[in-house]
Amino acid sequence: MSVLRERVTWVWLGLVVLTCVTTWGLSKDLFSPTVAVVGIFLIAAVKVRYVMLDFQELRYAPIPVRAAFEVWPWAVAGIILGFWFAAPAIM
Amino acid sequence: MGVVTTEQVKPRRLPGVEGIWVFIGADSVIFAILFLSFMQDRLKNPALFEASRHTLNMNLGGLDTVILLTSSWSVALAVQAMKRDQIDREPRLLLGGAVTGLMFVVSKSFEYFQKFSHGLNPGTNAFYMWYFTLTGIHLVHVVVGTSLLTYLWVRSLRGTYDHLHRAVPESVASYWHLVDLLWVVLFPLLYLMRAV
Repeated sequence: MSVLRERVTWVWLGLVVLTCVTTWGLSKDLFSPTVAVVGIFLIAAVKVRYVMLDFQELRYAPIPVRAAFEVWPWAVAGIILGFWFAAPAIM
Repeated sequence: MGVVTTEQVKPRRLPGVEGIWVFIGADSVIFAILFLSFMQDRLKNPALFEASRHTLNMNLGGLDTVILLTSSWSVALAVQAMKRDQIDREPRLLLGGAVTGLMFVVSKSFEYFQKFSHGLNPGTNAFYMWYFTLTGIHLVHVVVGTSLLTYLWVRSLRGTYDHLHRAVPESVASYWHLVDLLWVVLFPLLYLMRAV
């Protein structure tokens, strides 16, 4: 078994790249706060989805269970962004 | 004579025991409520949360994320090895998961030490109350997960797990990936969320 032939290896690599994009890219002042925060949390939701589908193996779970868990990252991102947009500007 | 299809359909299943998924679902809902409560508090004083956020070590937080993702990857590979009866590969992959879990604990302890030595504690303000509460609850999860992975590693040295005997490691792995995905949200929530 070569780790390079494993799907989880490529998923892990993608997740690390996305982490670098958000931590050392989007968080910088190069982007407006709206672009940065929306981008960071949408990427976080995508990352959580892939951890669920490929690491937790929910890709092969019964459809209702998979669907119930897949709602979570988008609901959480939606809640966080909803409150973020509702917050008054501090500048 | 009719055509007979021989296509194999992989049966859908949940890894591990069903009870672990009840726990994972409940824990996920609890954390979602905590995230919502954090955002409600932030709404009252975004300037305070923004100023406090700048005192956190973003680089260390990013490194913690990479550590946990790597840990999850190692454990996922260990489960794949069990499915294929590659018993000799299991111990080092499980040990990799446990050691990276321990690395996260050390990193977080260092971060807490820095905060306390600068006089920052849960009573400093609302942001720090949330920072210590959320990361503290998560850290308890990491300590439990690291202990369970260490237990699996010791058992795997005796060749305990194979494709027929993997319900316990699959349950622990599913829990460990939950710990990973919770941090994937916690990190940007506390460290990266800029104010307008």
